[in-house]
Amino acid sequence: MNTAINSKKHKDYIIGFGLLILLLGTITVLEQILPRTSMIFTVLKKGAIYALVAVSMNLLNGFTGLFSLGQAGFMLLGAYTYAIFTIPVAARPQVYQYFDGGIIQFTIPVAAALILSGLVAAFFAYLIGLPVLHLKSDYLAIATLGFAEILRAIFQWDKIGVITNGSNLLKKYPVFKSCLFYFAVAIICITLIVLLINSTYGRAFKAIRDDEVAAEAMGINLAKHKQLSFVISSFFAGISGALLAIFQTTIQAKQFTSAMTYEILLIVVIGGIGSITGSCISSFLFIACSEWLLRFLDDAKLNFSSVQIFRPGFRKVVFAIVIMAIVLFYQKGIMGDKEFSFSRFTQSVKKLFPGFKKAKVIKSKSEGAAE
Amino acid sequence: MSTNVLMMKDVTMQFGGVVAVDNLSLEVNKGEIVSLIGPNGAGKTTAFNVVTGVYAPTNGAVYFNGNKIVENYPSGKMKKNYAGKENGKYTKRIEPTPDKITALGVARTFQNIRLWKSQDVFTNVLIAKHLRRTSNVFTATFRLNRAEENRQRKEVEELLKMLDLWEVRNELCTSLPYGLQRRLEIARALATEPTLLLLDEPAAGMNPQETAELTAFIEKIRTDFNLTILMIEHHMDLVMDISDRIYVLNFGALIASGTPGEIQNNPEVIAAYLGEKEE
Amino acid sequence: MEFLQTNLPYFLAGISTGGQYALIAIGYTMVYGILRLINFAHGDVFMAAGLIMIYSYTIMPLWISIPFTIILTVLLGFSIERVAYKPLRTAPRMSIMISAIGMSYLLQNFALYITGGLTKFFPSIPWISDSITIFGAVTKRVTVITPFLTIFLVISLVYLIKHTKIGMAMRAVSKDFETSELMGIKVDTVISSTFIIGSFLAAVGSLLFFSNYSGVTPTVGAMPGLKAFVAAVFGGIGSIPGAVIGAFLIGICENIIKGLGWTTFSDAFTFVLLIAVLMFMPTGIFGEKQTDKV
Repeated sequence: MNTAINSKKHKDYIIGFGLLILLLGTITVLEQILPRTSMIFTVLKKGAIYALVAVSMNLLNGFTGLFSLGQAGFMLLGAYTYAIFTIPVAARPQVYQYFDGGIIQFTIPVAAALILSGLVAAFFAYLIGLPVLHLKSDYLAIATLGFAEILRAIFQWDKIGVITNGSNLLKKYPVFKSCLFYFAVAIICITLIVLLINSTYGRAFKAIRDDEVAAEAMGINLAKHKQLSFVISSFFAGISGALLAIFQTTIQAKQFTSAMTYEILLIVVIGGIGSITGSCISSFLFIACSEWLLRFLDDAKLNFSSVQIFRPGFRKVVFAIVIMAIVLFYQKGIMGDKEFSFSRFTQSVKKLFPGFKKAKVIKSKSEGAAE
Repeated sequence: MSTNVLMMKDVTMQFGGVVAVDNLSLEVNKGEIVSLIGPNGAGKTTAFNVVTGVYAPTNGAVYFNGNKIVENYPSGKMKKNYAGKENGKYTKRIEPTPDKITALGVARTFQNIRLWKSQDVFTNVLIAKHLRRTSNVFTATFRLNRAEENRQRKEVEELLKMLDLWEVRNELCTSLPYGLQRRLEIARALATEPTLLLLDEPAAGMNPQETAELTAFIEKIRTDFNLTILMIEHHMDLVMDISDRIYVLNFGALIASGTPGEIQNNPEVIAAYLGEKEE
Repeated sequence: MEFLQTNLPYFLAGISTGGQYALIAIGYTMVYGILRLINFAHGDVFMAAGLIMIYSYTIMPLWISIPFTIILTVLLGFSIERVAYKPLRTAPRMSIMISAIGMSYLLQNFALYITGGLTKFFPSIPWISDSITIFGAVTKRVTVITPFLTIFLVISLVYLIKHTKIGMAMRAVSKDFETSELMGIKVDTVISSTFIIGSFLAAVGSLLFFSNYSGVTPTVGAMPGLKAFVAAVFGGIGSIPGAVIGAFLIGICENIIKGLGWTTFSDAFTFVLLIAVLMFMPTGIFGEKQTDKV
């Protein structure tokens, strides 16, 4: 019985892997034929970025049960770290024009900067985690939200402008135009998270989520494991921040508001708390909807009376209503706490075609009778 | 003293003005099954919680295998309200978290079953082996710990087979019947490789037949796993059948201790808890 | 005298904003006390009251639009509870908090849609918005009225809670939800009353606030809301006097910081206070410690 499940799982992994290759191939082809500015690439890039941060938030909220609302703060740390350490020295005087070119006069390679952005976010998470992780869920949420806001205020502070450029933009750092870059980074990171979740530590996290009193009684040190989850989640949130910086080509501390964290939270909820594939799927859906689809709802030309219902902003209202509907009626989200598996998908598709099933039953019955 | 697996000395647990455990001293020797009985609210589970580190006692100490694992004395605020005795005898603060005590070899089950509801039977027990891992987060994530993972899975398999839970290993633990859930919780506790097992009302909600099976089960695991057992229980047939010694608590204080025979005839115990025999 | 002249405006602004935060904070602390829910949407109800006032003023005279605004705001708060929180009462804590966040998101986007992204300006209510001079400092009359009005409302509320049946019901429900239900207390009524009172106070607070800072944007409620919540935590969640004291503290310190020239940090002060409270005094100054039964 165990081996049967294992081979099913293996089949799912192989199919999933295959689909991923297919996806990457499609993207490569699309990039050749469509113009760079096509909306589809915006959706793909942003979708990949938000998928990564949503999965990192899911690791913390969905798998360890720690309701933290600090994601935007860690993205901010990651974004700034990447930018600060990769702006070419020649460009610094112009970027840091109010701060005499800033005090950092060297650059590090992009790959190193990406990892560093994760590490810096992780470091801050370690510091913040110490006093805060033992709090009850609502207090933890507000405390992490508070820390994110404090970070945002600090990064706009002129006194450290020699590093952060104060409230001015950071720009001119190396960027990547191809979707494949974002996907590559996101896929590597998400794979690592999946490996973690399925390891003994991932199971320990789930135990903490389900019943932390029992987890502690069975020898799992709560403080250490919560810290671990928090730090790892923030590491990947930092990397996604760096990706966001690369995508936007300029960054400013004041855009990393708590509203950004709320959007990530909503993505996680829609996709299903505790489902990684859910977070990925819903991230692309969310970005597609907010950037691209349903744009027609903003089109004033659709109004058939003098009452201007369809105008800019209507899209977001409809969107918000849909989210509320999901939160109220569809609490489990798209995937619930299960991962997308090809075998389950084909099973549910098969259920839609009862004729197919009946034929199979008749066939096996006749085979059985023949014996 | 040397065969003493567990010793509680002068343990008092006070919550504000309520004295839940009042100067309790008890000992459990190697290989014994000792029961802790008394009316509801007598402080039995609280005593468990002190032993396992969930609460730091207001006063007193706990020894495991001769080593002091818990100690505390009343602090500033509590000193004013402290109603207990043995003042001044304890001077240190040793307040380990429960996971540290479990790592030493003390495991427990809960009065209200606390299984990890989203996981199946096998995983519930496997998670309890996490504390015995030597791998860290990196070796685990990058799957460099295959040998240890396989070894632990094998151990879980053996444990489940010994406890007759192998058949249901892939079931979600919430879909198990009540009796099996209780057995699963015990299996989970055993997975932490304890020498001392604390059972909190293992027979709660069971009918006489299930209780009889449980009695045999507990004796079996004592032998098979070389355990010492301290048990809270209300089912007197189980208690009297299986216990080597019994401690009786009432309003947090010890009112009697001895063999089942002695306890059954103790007038104070009868008055407080057991009740008169019906003619 | 000069010291007074330069600093009095800040101090007055401080107790004025403090009072306005207090009115919002009460809503938070009452709802949390009963439902253990941080009503993220409360700050946006405050913002909505501002917008309702602005729009109703265009079609009705002031003496109608003020009560109209208050009534509509109360209706809004009541409906939010019925639609977004009541169905989730038995759901895990995270779900209801997410619903609150979703509601906040909806309100903000709806406001954005209605206003088209332009800042709307609150009408000047005569007499309240007039400039007056105190000890040589020039300020609006509303900054002086606010603390007194706030204290009056708070005292009335505390009286209501201590000496009326519904107040006793509220205290019972916040102590023990289930037992109160078993004892026959109509929990739905209690909860609705809590939201009604909270929204009423938020509406009053918004009238005072926007008479002072007249720009209303969709996100204008987020910061005051968050600060009001911190005030509630500082005072001990569930304690109304505590929330009020916390709110005045935040209002005053915030304006002192502004006066010292550290405007970027005036908001951050609130969060530093929050972290400090959560680390050293999580139950707040008047809160009660709770132990979980294992």
